[in-house]
Amino acid sequence: MSSSSAAPPPGETAGAEPNHTVRFAVVWLIGTLIALPLVIWVIGPLLGPGNGSEQASGQGTDYTVLATLATPVLTLVVLYLAYAIIFFRQPKGGMLEGPAVRGHARVQATWIIVTSLMVLSVAVFGTVRLEADNGAGSGSGPNPLTVPKGPKLPVQVIAQQWLFTYRYPTYGGVETTELYLPDNQMVEFHVTSLDVVHSFWAYKLGVKADANPGVDNIAFVKPTKLESFTVRCAELCGVWHGYMSNAGKVVTPAAFETWIHEQQRRLAPATKVLPKYSTTYLPEPTKRAEPE
Amino acid sequence: MSATSAAAAAPQPIRAPLWRRLLGFNLLTAVILGVAGYYLGWWIGHLINGPSFEYETATDENDVALLLGYTFGVIGFLIGLGFANYPISRLLGRPASLREKESDGIGRYFGLCTDHKVVGIQYLVGIGVFIFVGGVNAMLIRAELLHPVPTLIGPNQYLSLVGMHGTMMMGMMTSGILGPFANYLVPLMIGARRMAFPRIEALTFWLLMAAGFILVSTIFFGGFPTGWTGYAPLNEEAVMGMDSYIVFFALVGISMALLGLNMMATIITMRAPGLTWSRLPIFVWSVFATAVLMVLAAPMLIATLLMAALDRTIDTTFFVTGGGGSSYLFENLFWFFGHPEVYILALPGFGIVLEILPVFTRKPLWGYRLAISGMLGVSLMSFFVWQHHLFVSGINADLRPFYMLSTEIISVPTGFIFLCFIGTLWRGRMSFTVPMLFCLAWAFNFLIGGLSGVVLSDVPTDTGLHGSFFVMAHFHYTIVGGLIFSFFAGIYYWVPKMTGLRFNEMLAKWHFWLMFISFNSTFMPLFALGLEGMPRRVSTYEPSLQGLNVWVSISAFVLGFSLLIFVFNAVYSLIFVREPAEANPWRSKSMEWQVPTPVPVNNFEQIPVFDSDPYDYGTPVPAVGGGQPAAAGA
Repeated sequence: MSSSSAAPPPGETAGAEPNHTVRFAVVWLIGTLIALPLVIWVIGPLLGPGNGSEQASGQGTDYTVLATLATPVLTLVVLYLAYAIIFFRQPKGGMLEGPAVRGHARVQATWIIVTSLMVLSVAVFGTVRLEADNGAGSGSGPNPLTVPKGPKLPVQVIAQQWLFTYRYPTYGGVETTELYLPDNQMVEFHVTSLDVVHSFWAYKLGVKADANPGVDNIAFVKPTKLESFTVRCAELCGVWHGYMSNAGKVVTPAAFETWIHEQQRRLAPATKVLPKYSTTYLPEPTKRAEPE
Repeated sequence: MSATSAAAAAPQPIRAPLWRRLLGFNLLTAVILGVAGYYLGWWIGHLINGPSFEYETATDENDVALLLGYTFGVIGFLIGLGFANYPISRLLGRPASLREKESDGIGRYFGLCTDHKVVGIQYLVGIGVFIFVGGVNAMLIRAELLHPVPTLIGPNQYLSLVGMHGTMMMGMMTSGILGPFANYLVPLMIGARRMAFPRIEALTFWLLMAAGFILVSTIFFGGFPTGWTGYAPLNEEAVMGMDSYIVFFALVGISMALLGLNMMATIITMRAPGLTWSRLPIFVWSVFATAVLMVLAAPMLIATLLMAALDRTIDTTFFVTGGGGSSYLFENLFWFFGHPEVYILALPGFGIVLEILPVFTRKPLWGYRLAISGMLGVSLMSFFVWQHHLFVSGINADLRPFYMLSTEIISVPTGFIFLCFIGTLWRGRMSFTVPMLFCLAWAFNFLIGGLSGVVLSDVPTDTGLHGSFFVMAHFHYTIVGGLIFSFFAGIYYWVPKMTGLRFNEMLAKWHFWLMFISFNSTFMPLFALGLEGMPRRVSTYEPSLQGLNVWVSISAFVLGFSLLIFVFNAVYSLIFVREPAEANPWRSKSMEWQVPTPVPVNNFEQIPVFDSDPYDYGTPVPAVGGGQPAAAGA
């Protein structure tokens, strides 16, 4: 920005113009130094969905990192606005003109380079976090780029207007209306829909994957906390979209085995008439709802 | 056909009797022909798609009839306004009627008029009316959300309200700045007597008005459940109200593409001598960047909606899984339009802010070329980011790092605009007029909108936030905080020029402060609600979130009230008090302030010759220290 050693504009009465560059740099530095610890240790930990799964905890870290990177930008513009409002004003009833500066090559070049580097580093960070965490809980399509090693429990999420059901293909394809997951076990969700586009969202687990008709959308999650959670639909799917939610529970592996065998036994007649387990099911032709 | 004699009109035109004036091509005829066309289309639709069709007998629904009704209605409306006269008389070899040269008082605001200044004011008022409708919808939505369970309105009506609010705002505000301000100001700023295609200019406005009424008419056909995104296959099972959405957005798309073409043609071909590209006002540059987006993005929308209409009527399967189509296709096509669309909304706001800043800081625009490259960069990049709306959809999941990168890169050219903002304020002589206050608020709001956008562009964090209130807060910060605030900056800045009258300043300041505070108090907590996991577009939520929701609703009502202050001020100051404004109250050096008020029909007696850009403010400074001033425009 224009050097402060420029002559004060004519009409200026009191003294030389202070060195705004240095003064504002100090203001910004102090403001950022106050804001950063607040963002890192106070606000950051509040941002994520908690520590219900490895993916949720990972997302929490990402929030904190991004908020930390955004803080200097936020303080720069907000403090600058305040600084400008205080110091760069027209005196009452004044008709003064500002300096006719039309740009500053070095400031512009610096700005372009710094913002580009920041943006690139955010993108690299996001990519690494995404792929290293096998999609970070997001729906990653039928063929995810990276797949976690080790045993995985496949669970199919079937969305339809306006409920979710869950099939466990490794347990005879039993289909339940509640989602039970074993603790500390990598789960492989296969999300699909029978009619319109829905979205499977277990907030506490940090997982969200759209349910598209005819598509097998895979998301990986490893629950780390014994707790119950809510599953909601996150994509507008018609009148009862707001009511499309049900309960889920993370239980110990032993309790999970007991529960799933109980379901297998109880639901055996239903399982027999279900279509054979498949990654997708051809949806029925869309029908008009009766008008009210 | 009327008005072959208009060219020869005497200074004191003889007014025909009222009954004679009501016959002919005017708004009344247009409405009558519009209604007649609607029923004609409806009747033909029933002939084509009679009661033998199973679904129609089951549900009393006939999409063919409604779509044809809307189409014929719009055609009748346009014929009634007189849009067919020119092509027909040219086809028959007759001389063209010269409607644009007519000027007979208030009446020209209610019909086809090709004077760009009249169209600008028509746009301002017409769009304002429909934005008011959209705003009332928002108030009803917030009233419903006072309680965690539905109390006021049923879920069906709630979704229709959400859809109407979003669609109306998105559709109307695409032309929110280009319609009123660019139509009015671009010819004045570039030293032209008219737009390149004056009839198309009028057509864009009347198409938009027809579209607005069609969207409102959805309430007679059951509304639509899809929100403004209209996703398939939900849109295929929706009741007839969905057709209103389809026709509305298609007409908006046509209007948008024509408006963009007209702006591009005008800016490229009609600049006055000496007005080189590097002397063009920054607002005109922003209009140009937006126009490019409009021309390239809107046809995609029109095509998508045509496919949706065909799926709904003659059972094509563009978006039907199992029939060879895919719901992904709709999402892709929609967002390929939809993301440029949000920059169509944001870019002209950049232009207004950067145009106004130099006037009130008494400094030249800092970094003029940087600002231009920022706008063109945003415009170009906006075509490469659309799949960030589909991060969790499972589509092209391997490409997500690319879309993450492209989305984050778009913040670099946006950053240029901020640098120009910062540089122009630097050591300026700010006077805190109402337009300036709105510009300063723009910077704060758009900053919040932009920074929250970075969190959304990151796939891991977007996994939690997609489809939540966080997204809703983010785009309201960019669109309301960015676009609407700059829109009001433009209104307070230019309406004294357009009308020759001044606003009551005390009411204007009340409007600003109340709006700025209540806007932030409405949308800031929505970030928190989104982070807590509250989805968009629902009327039921966790009871634990009620406190924040009540806070938001009350703030939203205050926000609505602040806009009523504006409406009151506009009516009070511009209709009742009518205090004349000074010729150039802001001491601006831009061309539009150098012509007399009211602006003569032909703008300039003599086409001006430009020898500099309009930012010739400030006292010269010798280049010292760390660098030389970047090359001036001239």
